[in-house]
Amino acid sequence: MATYQLNVNGERREVTVDPSTPLLWVLREDLKMTGTKYGCGVSACGACTVHVAGVATRSCVLPISLVGERPVVTIEGIGHDPVGRAVQDAWVEKDVVQCGYCQSGQIMCAVALLKHTPKPTDANIEQSMGGNLCRCGTYVRIREAIKTAAERLK
Amino acid sequence: MTHNRAAGFLLSAFFCTFGPWMIFSGAFGQARDARRSADARAQGLAAWEQVYSVLTHPRCINCHTATNYPQQGDDRRRHAANVVRGPEGKGVPGLNCASCHQEANADSTGVPGGHNWHLAPLSMKWQDLDGKPLSSAMVCRSITNRSKNHNLDGPGLLKHHEDEALVRWAWQPGRRPDGAMRTLPPLTHAEFVDATRRWVEAGAPCPPLR
Repeated sequence: MATYQLNVNGERREVTVDPSTPLLWVLREDLKMTGTKYGCGVSACGACTVHVAGVATRSCVLPISLVGERPVVTIEGIGHDPVGRAVQDAWVEKDVVQCGYCQSGQIMCAVALLKHTPKPTDANIEQSMGGNLCRCGTYVRIREAIKTAAERLK
Repeated sequence: MTHNRAAGFLLSAFFCTFGPWMIFSGAFGQARDARRSADARAQGLAAWEQVYSVLTHPRCINCHTATNYPQQGDDRRRHAANVVRGPEGKGVPGLNCASCHQEANADSTGVPGGHNWHLAPLSMKWQDLDGKPLSSAMVCRSITNRSKNHNLDGPGLLKHHEDEALVRWAWQPGRRPDGAMRTLPPLTHAEFVDATRRWVEAGAPCPPLR
């Protein structure tokens, strides 16, 4: 076991866990932040996506020992960011969610896309969101919501 | 007059005595130099084949692809999760290499990592569009073409093989998700660097294209 000082959504948090513990489980089990979901556990579905130093990151395969000083932003904190707020509003407006399980990861990924590519094309969206799976098949509404958020952020 | 005749006689005698030796020794010297040059080239080509055996190992070729995506595993299958190359070989926003690959291997989760994880540029592909490794002659020509290789000369290539973090990673590739160690290239890193040095010192010769 080892103790780690984390910066999660702008707050200092301290956890004492095994160094090999994935960030996902530290968030969910130790910090009780359950908005980030466990999907596949092997970075194949994107449900666990958070931002680490601004990079959309699969938290299920990131051992806590490799997080270091980098700030972590989760779905619980992304609404404080203007781009994150716009994406969440567009998600509600377009009624994107069906079962909702994958949606926190989808939103985190969409925010990362829009921060780097303010006017994404369909190809941009397909490539950036291609690692986020949705078993309800909400992909068409996800694309609409990303374009709506991009319009609002002009 | 008498002096001139004597000088001419001496000069003729000198060339009669030593001329053939001079001619033959010059020819022998040229032949010796040619043989040395051929030997050096042969040794350089032998060293290159050692280098080539590493470059086309899955640890290297998975990122030196001819495709719009990385590959993974010893069977060099398409990378999981719909990962794409992206404009700088680092994926795309939301799905960057760094979305999973950290600065070090994550052995507990089986995700390999190293500094500045990225794909090699398409100009440095070691495979054809069918996924087969390019021939030794073709890889050699690519790697020595400074318009393709980020303008690296021989010492630059040696330094790349010696110091580049992702090259060195190939010998510290960590564990797969099933816990088994990833396979290593056929030479040690020291042997790889030594072979590169011998190849560069021989003038970086390339095998003929067939």
